[in-house]
Amino acid sequence: MPKTQGFPNRLGVRGWVGGGRWGIERYLYTLHRITGLGLVVYFLLHIIVTSSRAFSEEAWGWAMGAVSGGFFRLGEYLVFAAFAFHAVNGIRLILVELGFGVGRPIEPVYPYRTSVDHQRWLAVGALAIAGVLAVLGALDILMMR
Amino acid sequence: MMRDQKLWTWHVVAGIVILFLLGLHMTIMHLDALTSIKTLNPAGGEPIDWENVVARGRMLVFPVTYVLLLGAALFHGLYGLRNILFELDPGPGLKKALSALLVVAGLGLFILGTWSALASFTLARSL
Repeated sequence: MPKTQGFPNRLGVRGWVGGGRWGIERYLYTLHRITGLGLVVYFLLHIIVTSSRAFSEEAWGWAMGAVSGGFFRLGEYLVFAAFAFHAVNGIRLILVELGFGVGRPIEPVYPYRTSVDHQRWLAVGALAIAGVLAVLGALDILMMR
Repeated sequence: MMRDQKLWTWHVVAGIVILFLLGLHMTIMHLDALTSIKTLNPAGGEPIDWENVVARGRMLVFPVTYVLLLGAALFHGLYGLRNILFELDPGPGLKKALSALLVVAGLGLFILGTWSALASFTLARSL
């Protein structure tokens, strides 16, 4: 992680809430963090719970029984949807970081244009793909079982 | 390349590995009703049914990819968590303590997950 070079993060977590002048990309940043934190918490528990398969059928049955029911089914869907968004938005972030889709550098001549004007389609596309995956997940996890 | 640049590069590389392996895992485990991949869930029913768990557990590709996914996901997730925590500007001592805690937790969970992948492979083969 780059050094802050003496500029403290004055807003802290509160800074995640407001998009300011950065628009939709700023909210995608916040959602990327929230889904990432949710996935980390789930994953750490998932490692422990699924380790039960190494013991016996009874241990596995007990562990799966402990995480069954409507509440956990909804949780399973939320994890799926969080993964779908985090993955697709992650691809967008990698593309932008590598300079794809942000346009060529131009002279700062009024009226100024920013790279956000170029990369908006990436954000809209990422949201659309994540939305389609979330709908497919809802069909499978919540409606077809 | 500075240490943090290396770690960030590995973070991105791990993200790409996760994209493929977790995408596959999600398709097999959570989109089974839509995709109906019988080879990986031969007993029918839910992918978490014991018969399906054992059937997948016998295939060498599963423990191998599980361990790879485990390592990539633990590094990606815990390094991401470390970045978020460091952004809140903790003091140097707290930063060191947080890093040490995350490394110990990551290694501990990697050992547990690797053991369970190998032990369940052995168990499935013996059944």
